[in-house]
Amino acid sequence: MGSDGGPVIPNFGHGDSCVTGDHTFCWGWVQDHWGDTLGPALWQHVELTVIAVVIGFAIAFPLALLAHRYRRLEQPFGALSALVYTVPSLALFQILVPFTGITWTTVEIALVGYTLVILFPNIVTGLRSAPDEVIEAARGMGLTRLQVLMRVELPLALPAIVGGLRIAVVSTVAIATIAATLLPKGLGYPIFLALKEPTPFKTEIYSAGLLSIALAIGADLLLVALRRVTVPWTRAAR
Amino acid sequence: MSEAAEIVFDHVTKRYEGRVAAAVDDLSLEIPSGAFCVLVGPSGGGKTTALKMVNRLIPFDSGEIRIDGRNIEQLPLTELRRGIGYVIQQIGLFPHMTIGENIATVPRLLGWDKKRQRARSVELLELVGLDASDAARYPSQLSGGQRQRVGLARALAADPPLLLMDEPFGALDPITRHRLQTELRRLHRDVGKTIIFVTHDIDEAIQMGDRIAILREGGVLAQYDTPDAILAQPADDFVAKFIGEDRALRRLALRTVGEVPLRAPGIAFAVPDNWVASDTTVRNAVSLMLELRADELAVKDGERILGTFRLGDVSSLL
Repeated sequence: MGSDGGPVIPNFGHGDSCVTGDHTFCWGWVQDHWGDTLGPALWQHVELTVIAVVIGFAIAFPLALLAHRYRRLEQPFGALSALVYTVPSLALFQILVPFTGITWTTVEIALVGYTLVILFPNIVTGLRSAPDEVIEAARGMGLTRLQVLMRVELPLALPAIVGGLRIAVVSTVAIATIAATLLPKGLGYPIFLALKEPTPFKTEIYSAGLLSIALAIGADLLLVALRRVTVPWTRAAR
Repeated sequence: MSEAAEIVFDHVTKRYEGRVAAAVDDLSLEIPSGAFCVLVGPSGGGKTTALKMVNRLIPFDSGEIRIDGRNIEQLPLTELRRGIGYVIQQIGLFPHMTIGENIATVPRLLGWDKKRQRARSVELLELVGLDASDAARYPSQLSGGQRQRVGLARALAADPPLLLMDEPFGALDPITRHRLQTELRRLHRDVGKTIIFVTHDIDEAIQMGDRIAILREGGVLAQYDTPDAILAQPADDFVAKFIGEDRALRRLALRTVGEVPLRAPGIAFAVPDNWVASDTTVRNAVSLMLELRADELAVKDGERILGTFRLGDVSSLL
């Protein structure tokens, strides 16, 4: 590549006219670099997202149960998680680096923080959505507090919980692209690399961006399907 | 489980925090087993509070409530509640469960097997006038009247000896309410449970109850007696006002012409239109006489003539 002193043209694979001319979208490049760039980046992105949402849910759920049981905890929990949201994600990574280094952990801590802000209030709202008379009837029939939670409040909270998961997943897919500013991981990284070039290669930016959008939509559809399975009663028409 | 329970309120008092007047003030009441007892009164009379004390949804300050001689505060809470059917105005069906699952709530808590739960749900659907196929539907698919039928079925599921009903028909339209009132009377005769029924509607109280407890503001028991005795002799001005000035007519509505002494057949035979069936209330018979400008009516049981009912004899019934 350009060692003979000629013009330096980055070698994007085939080096066909589409790539060398930096046309809008080169399908050939996508095929060539699926194996070494896009595929792994997509997989890393899925990992980043799934880990963040799973850990976020694992933290938000018990906190929401506590806030539901002891109402005066809701305000402080809510305020704390909202505080995280006010910090710009780029800055949050940098704030964490001195403590956790330039690591996967740093990225996940930031992503988990954002999922908390979405999941916690949604789960709390869901748990509160059982109408008073339904709770009264349940208690009057002799359900214990735990049975009211397990058999009444939680099932009725499912639509709100799945709704929260949908927002959390979609926004995490988007925010996770910024992880590339710290680590060579995820769909943000190809975009990040391309942008560093004096003339950013369009196909690389578009293909990674489109994959990120497709991932968000795909995950959302999956959760919509989950909702249909778990809450059959909301579909029952008169 | 016993067929029907006897409930005793023994000097029960409840005061809500921050309020001067008691919600329930030294209430003593004996409800015999199998009775249909209506708690009635204006708002602030503590009738709902008194009802919810029985299944301990509301704690009380002093006194004692006994079910079949057992102090409710010494019974395990869940056991107490699972042994009492509970029906409320807003019904409170579980929206995420089918009708069948709703009805089987207490049987499930009691650990009945699935087959027995299902069989019981179907049996109860039929008892309350719904279709067995409704078991698979969700509450949102039913009308208000149908939902309250399910509420009643759910309360009866584990065959409890006592039913608590808090204005169960208050949110229904008049036609549906009347139909359910009639059916609940029939159901009470058939299943023989003790029922404590709260309403603010004195008409409903007189129609439904075989005993009526009238509570006045501050949770004081004003009178506790049969509907007929309360209409005949209101304990004080408050009760007299509460039951209304037409109490004589209301009393006439409590009896049918088949139940009162009749005269030997007289002139009514000559006028074939002037007759009533023996299950007509005295009140309606009097109304008919006024309308027909007749002094007497023949009373028939099917084709058989039982005797003659005379307008002049009405006052002797009061």
